[in-house]
Amino acid sequence: MSTTILVASLLTIIGAATPLLLAALGELVAERSGVLNLGVEGMMLAGAVTGFAATMLTGSGTVGVIAAAVAGMAMALLFGVLTLSLLSNQVATGLALTIFGVGLSALVGSGFVGSPVAPLPKLALPGLSQLPIVGPVLFGQDFLVYLSWAMTAAVAWFLTRTRPGMILRAVGESHEAAHAIGYPVIRIRYLAVLFGGLMAGLAGAFLSLSYTPMWVEDMSAGRGWIALALVVFAAWRPWRALIGAYLFGGVTIIQLHAQTSGIINVPAQVMSMLPYLATIAVLVAISAGPWRGRLNAPACLGVPFRPAT
Amino acid sequence: MDRPTGPPLLELRGITKQFPGVLANDRVDLKVMPGEIHALLGENGAGKSTLVKQIYGVLHPDAGEIRWNGQPVTIADPHAARALGIGMVFQHFSLFEAMSVLENVALGVDGVHDLGALARRVREVSEQYGLPLDPSRDVYSLSVGERQRIEIVRALLQDPKLLIMDEPTSVLTPQEVERLFETLRRLAAEGRSILYISHKLDEIRVLCHGATILRGGRQVAACDPRQETARSMAALMVGTQIKPPTKAAGATVGAPRLTVDGLSLPSPRAHGINLHDIRLEVCAGEVLGIAGVAGNGQAELLAALSGEMLAERPEAVRLEGRPVGRLDAAARRNAGLCFVPEERNGHGAVPDMSLAENAFLSGYRRRRLLAGGLIRTDRVAAFAREIVERFDVRTPGIANLARSLSGGNLQKFIVGREVLQEPLVLVVAQPTWGVDAGAAALIHQALLDLAARGAAVLVVSQDLDELLAITDRLAVINAGRLSRALRTAEATIEQIGLLMGGLHDTPEHQPLETALA
Amino acid sequence: MLRVEPRREASPALTWATPVLAVVLTIVTGFFLFLLLGVDPLAALYAMFVSPLASVYGLSELCLKATPLILCATGLAIGFRAGVWNIGAEGQLILGAIFGGGIGLFWSPALGPLALPVMCLFGVLGGMLWAAIPAFLKTRLGVNEILTSLMLTYVAVLVLSTLVYGPWKDPQGYGFPQTQFFTDISPWTEIPLLLPETRLHWGFALTLLIVAGAWLFVTRSLVGFQVRVIGLAPDAAAFAGFSRTRIIWLTMLLSGGLAGLAGLLEVAGPIGQIVPTISPGYGFTAIIVAFLGRLHPLGLVAAGFLMALSFIGGENAQVEASLPQATTGVFQGLLLFWVLACDFLARYRIRLAQPAVGRAVP
Repeated sequence: MSTTILVASLLTIIGAATPLLLAALGELVAERSGVLNLGVEGMMLAGAVTGFAATMLTGSGTVGVIAAAVAGMAMALLFGVLTLSLLSNQVATGLALTIFGVGLSALVGSGFVGSPVAPLPKLALPGLSQLPIVGPVLFGQDFLVYLSWAMTAAVAWFLTRTRPGMILRAVGESHEAAHAIGYPVIRIRYLAVLFGGLMAGLAGAFLSLSYTPMWVEDMSAGRGWIALALVVFAAWRPWRALIGAYLFGGVTIIQLHAQTSGIINVPAQVMSMLPYLATIAVLVAISAGPWRGRLNAPACLGVPFRPAT
Repeated sequence: MDRPTGPPLLELRGITKQFPGVLANDRVDLKVMPGEIHALLGENGAGKSTLVKQIYGVLHPDAGEIRWNGQPVTIADPHAARALGIGMVFQHFSLFEAMSVLENVALGVDGVHDLGALARRVREVSEQYGLPLDPSRDVYSLSVGERQRIEIVRALLQDPKLLIMDEPTSVLTPQEVERLFETLRRLAAEGRSILYISHKLDEIRVLCHGATILRGGRQVAACDPRQETARSMAALMVGTQIKPPTKAAGATVGAPRLTVDGLSLPSPRAHGINLHDIRLEVCAGEVLGIAGVAGNGQAELLAALSGEMLAERPEAVRLEGRPVGRLDAAARRNAGLCFVPEERNGHGAVPDMSLAENAFLSGYRRRRLLAGGLIRTDRVAAFAREIVERFDVRTPGIANLARSLSGGNLQKFIVGREVLQEPLVLVVAQPTWGVDAGAAALIHQALLDLAARGAAVLVVSQDLDELLAITDRLAVINAGRLSRALRTAEATIEQIGLLMGGLHDTPEHQPLETALA
Repeated sequence: MLRVEPRREASPALTWATPVLAVVLTIVTGFFLFLLLGVDPLAALYAMFVSPLASVYGLSELCLKATPLILCATGLAIGFRAGVWNIGAEGQLILGAIFGGGIGLFWSPALGPLALPVMCLFGVLGGMLWAAIPAFLKTRLGVNEILTSLMLTYVAVLVLSTLVYGPWKDPQGYGFPQTQFFTDISPWTEIPLLLPETRLHWGFALTLLIVAGAWLFVTRSLVGFQVRVIGLAPDAAAFAGFSRTRIIWLTMLLSGGLAGLAGLLEVAGPIGQIVPTISPGYGFTAIIVAFLGRLHPLGLVAAGFLMALSFIGGENAQVEASLPQATTGVFQGLLLFWVLACDFLARYRIRLAQPAVGRAVP
């Protein structure tokens, strides 16, 4: 394999992995606090369309990224009000968030279909980005890719090394006990859910402003759901989420190569099934395998809590 | 020690707390002096836990005043309580299973950022008070007694002036209780006050300097427990005279009904207890008790007996000689084995279903409530009404949801549902846990009557007094192993306590006398 | 001071009043949403919710679109009651269309008058097959059925597309990705019409019959009781000796089978052939129908009609008020939000706090 193909492959993997990683990190934090938000797909689409629209209207990618994050958080807030304040079923509310996000993004974005937008600028690190292979791959990316790496480290550090991170884990482990000791369970969960929305919004911005710089209806194509599966695969640990996201990026590259090179003579649709089948395979492996990832699930995941006053 | 004079450390005046449908505290007054071990005494449901949660800031009073060192204070949350110098050890521990001892302590101590320094202080405090604790262990791997130590050490690290302990001895062996009392006396000698919540009268008489008695949410008396008898305090606590359960005279013990023979099972739960070579036999007409500290394999043993968990061999569990070890709960019930689980809400009953539906839940086979796969609602209603009438279940009607019943009434309903199926064997877990004295007496009598009618009754309980009152023989479970059964009339508290503490690590089933020697 | 307290009993009146309140709130929200988007809200709402009901043909279309929604939702609701979250009804619907439609394409001449019943049977089997995968993974390996059933929906769409763009494409179809019409292959594949001059067929009547059966099943049968107990209190189900594995299989196969039947009725009924898009998201909307109908078979029928109206209204609004098709999805999502939010009122009481001093224990 020549260097160009190798670099192109690695760039494709990063492109495919970044939105998954961003969204998975956000969901991971929310789930660690005990909230299961199945609306990642909807928050992602809200972020994608808002980021795209804001960039179109202002011409600034920065404004677009910020707008996407805000949109993701607005959707997450809606979810939070319903599940945390009104104690609705988290599974049903997450589904509603996705259905709503798909519809709303299509409605808002109907005027933008087909319009091009300048992709987010690559922030090449002077000198380093000139290195062969690692240069363009590691040092010639846009802001959101660097952010996804930095956030992996930051989330890992936050959860294991800081007191607020410990409190967040405690809330996900036993909301009764955390409440009895005096921690504001609901407020902490709101913050975690909002962080999840922010990250999903950024993942959406990456899709519509960097990966394929345009708006297409339903453009996340199930990535929000794959991100949810990644959190399970990662056993709720940030670094494993990074590994998982890049493994999925690898699946995408197989799919693209098989299609372009024509090595395997199968219809394009069959190759397109790969990410979804891989998700199922990963879930099976993690559930059946010796790790028994389930054991690491936060004990209060998905359980509503209402403190007596 | 005499009661100290001066202003009280803590004073409650007219504390009132209303929950939907229940006035949990009604104008309660309470005083705790510096250095005093003060008992808060009352039956289940008297409002003790609600009261102390307001002192610790978990709940907030609707009316009344809290004074600390003579000054009125508002305790907004547990952080504020800890800042005042109030520490609390909860009845249902406020611990996080998947986290380490150190993290658990850190979460309960405000303003800690250096975990290394905290670990040293944990070691210091635990050595100082004789509460050995390894900060690096994960909580799920600890025994109940060790877990309680975490809570105590966590409270002590803040140098509290008042330590609240909610039913601390219900999870300890008699010997562990002794050690706990030594620690508490030392704390009091250092000038700290302790608010000690219990319904166990003998403990209070040996430990406490003063007592406040609650009944139905009201303060009915304040007394010096050292001057009172257990009987006089019981009268204050319960209000009415409760008749102790009586055994029918001349009851005879018949042939073995339930036989467990070499039952070994790995626990299906992540941090559960594996069962090792369990052997027991319950005969027609007798009540066998199984004592033990919580979390020693009771849950697994009960699941293996009820059929919720299957044995590896059919012969490991036998019902009148018939192997049933591989039958599920429905099939075993059909064969004559009924079961009352420990947890009422969500296990013994479905909280969001009506009493009629809950009667159907386990009674549909033995009471023939089905016709061609369809539910015979008329017969279900008749069965539910029969339970309500025969077991004095206080409810507006059988269409009411199970969760609208108080703990005692729901327990009467569940016990009634199983007893009225006239089982050959009844397995009961914690028959009177969290139940008021009246309901407890009714349930005990119902179990004795069932045995007198010829059924075999197996009672698993942490409440030794209960087991001593109603059983004929008594075995002890520890770390998934079951001791040989003693005749209850001949067993001593000390013997049982040693067995509960794990003094039967003997490979074979030796006679008890040798094991204890 | 406002105080929120759990009700000791869910209020039966509010249980049924809250969905109505949710519908009203959705329309109010929609009104403001249209204002925000610069659309005349009254015209848009009229186009969406009133004009489709103004003719017999419109009403028949409503019943036609309600058919797959009610069928899917009936199965899903029984599953949701058991805590089995099959959200892949869309994929199961597609598989039903492929299996049943495949029979129509290749074996209907040989089957003669039996063609339609066999197609229905295979439609059911196709849906069941697709639902059996998450059921197997859940019961044997503990894999979360939400994610697997959803992933399989994406796969199902691609399977369908593989077939209609490839081997099943009508050679005389001018290259369009679609199969032959079933009735061109055998006249026995046609579903008889319920009302002449409309597209409403007997599948609608069959659906109502199935709903009645489901009602009897849920409220009166032992298995229906087991389903409810497993959903409300899994430990109590184990106590009673109800097999969770059996109920997961049962509810997954039931919901898959009904979704498959819905898919077959779509391709054999109004569509008449297999095309790349056979459902505008009936399988997903059915989730909303299930919740709006309170998981109750009779509630589902009303909810199914309402959601059918949102589909027709969405199409109508496209033509009359030039709103994008996606408006339907927004309304559906909003409605589910409001249903979930209003649920709070049925479960909790909000009232002014009053001093409790001096009141006796009841």
